[in-house]
Amino acid sequence: MKRYFGRKILIYLLTFFLAVTIDWMIPRFMPGDPVRNMLTRVSVNTNASAIQMMYDYYSHLFGLDMPLWQQYLSFWKSLFMGELGISVYLFPTPVKDVLLRAIPYDAFLLVPSILLSWYAGNKFGAFAARSKWLDNTISPLSYILTATPYMWLGILLAWFFGIVLGIFPIAGAYSFTMRPNLSWNFIGSVFHHWFLPFASLFLVGFGGWAIGMRNMIIYELEADYSHFLGALGAPKKLVRKYAFSNAVLPQITGLALQLGVIVAGALVTEVVFSYPGIGYLLLAAIQNQDYFLIQGCFLFIIIGVLLANFIIDIAYILVDPRTRRGMTGETA
Amino acid sequence: MGLQVENLTIYYQTLSGDVRALENATFSLEGGEIMGLAGESGCGKTTLGHSLIFLAPPMKYVGGRVLLDGEELPIQDMEKMNEFRFRDISIIPQYAMNALNPIRKIGRMTEELLQAKKVDFKAVLPELKRRLDLVKLPHDVLDLYPIELSGGMKQRMVMVVSTLLDPSLLIADEITSALDVASQKAVAEMLVEFRDQDCCKSAIVITHDISILYQIADSIMIMYAGQVAEKASTRTIIHSPRHPYTKLLISSLPEIGVKYSERQLTGIPGKPPLLLDPPPGCRFRDRCPIAFDKCLEVPPFVEIEKGHFVACWKEAGNA
Repeated sequence: MKRYFGRKILIYLLTFFLAVTIDWMIPRFMPGDPVRNMLTRVSVNTNASAIQMMYDYYSHLFGLDMPLWQQYLSFWKSLFMGELGISVYLFPTPVKDVLLRAIPYDAFLLVPSILLSWYAGNKFGAFAARSKWLDNTISPLSYILTATPYMWLGILLAWFFGIVLGIFPIAGAYSFTMRPNLSWNFIGSVFHHWFLPFASLFLVGFGGWAIGMRNMIIYELEADYSHFLGALGAPKKLVRKYAFSNAVLPQITGLALQLGVIVAGALVTEVVFSYPGIGYLLLAAIQNQDYFLIQGCFLFIIIGVLLANFIIDIAYILVDPRTRRGMTGETA
Repeated sequence: MGLQVENLTIYYQTLSGDVRALENATFSLEGGEIMGLAGESGCGKTTLGHSLIFLAPPMKYVGGRVLLDGEELPIQDMEKMNEFRFRDISIIPQYAMNALNPIRKIGRMTEELLQAKKVDFKAVLPELKRRLDLVKLPHDVLDLYPIELSGGMKQRMVMVVSTLLDPSLLIADEITSALDVASQKAVAEMLVEFRDQDCCKSAIVITHDISILYQIADSIMIMYAGQVAEKASTRTIIHSPRHPYTKLLISSLPEIGVKYSERQLTGIPGKPPLLLDPPPGCRFRDRCPIAFDKCLEVPPFVEIEKGHFVACWKEAGNA
């Protein structure tokens, strides 16, 4: 047990180190220069020497005038102190604050849509595997949903419900006329704005999970243990229950991966619906070459993926006895 | 009492047509009899065994009756059969090693299975433990997952589960095939022990290992290409078979005390016919050394001596 977790944690730490290093490298290898970018964006002064002075000042401020290896070391140093740097694009807000402001929207949008679509998709998939009639209706629908280009479905929903019917807003996380406060009015507005992005994510996720579950169930119903129960005259209910609890195992792994990317936000959804989550932020950060914000966003994704995987590793031990064997050290 | 099968015919539905895997099988089994069912691969022995308990597609019921203890089994009705399965007729499947749900503890799985059959698990538990002793499994296997058992242990566990409700007929499908010789003998003897202790009244042991049958079976039925060829007591089948196929089959078994470097062991030349479109008449005709014109008709399965049935025109006249 101890050895198992020791090894797991070591692997996770190593992954974290490598992923964060890549995260640090990627923005710095992009062509372009964030400070110059910022200065041209706010250019008020055309005096070349003044701009050069400002350029030097900001470069020094962001530590971009240091050699790369020094930048890398100071990046790790500040990371250990919980500092993610200052956003170039939203100067002078610290990256941490920018991220903390965006995360609640992400969680609020993605956690329910992923969990609900997972739950409903699995239930419906298992349901579809029961009879030909259900299979012929639910499965094609699921295939259409999951094959739909996500962006297109989002735009379609926004167009139909937001523009044609006009019953849902198509941008923002709450009404532009409001400031965040704790009133029913505000909460209502948040839900109102949340619905369309949620629905689009739910529908696409639902289709994928339903298909996966249907196929897994059909496979499990053909497994030897299902046949044995059938030959002993066990009621269909018990056979299905066993098939379901076996079929759900790979789905749990899938869920882990999905939950991990929560922090990445559904970038496309957030862009389509102008929803202020991390995905939206990431796009803005890349467009503005905001090294620190990009790093911050990716850091959250890395932590999210690793954490979700770790949780699922533990959950797997609980639901699948076969994984417990690995804990004695046979396999990693 | 026992089992009577009359003209049972089962086909497999395939895209290229019906495969006639079992045709007009007629035989009976006394209460307490262990009957070995032998024949080469594809001769229909597993089809026969499975059709008695779990006639699922692609198997298709074509005709015939099955009576168990005087009561007709609704074998073609998957739903109605549920009442008889496990209680009256049970099976140790060929895939016994994978027959247990991998993510349930064995005890809990047994409990859930019994509950589903409306049997009180607590009341059965002492008997269950006694039977675990019988097959030499420790009682704590009930608290283990199937992966924690060896293949042989799983096999014995399935044996215990299958016979827990004292079925009248037990079908043991290839239960020794995946085991080493020592375990084969142990499992075979356990089966006899189960019968002697009334854990099951009679049993059909499906195998192609005639030496195992020689040890445990009271009678042996030989099948060939979907047809029943001969049924008689084990002694008779081994020592004085009458059907030409049985004769050749038995003579192809090695004997103790014979040096096969001096006398080569022979097989039966040729191959069994494809059952998708089998030739009319006796299906052994093409390989039979004594075939004649009459073999173009299907020979009847007649009793030439008491308890000795043969389906061969050469023998039918002597009856």
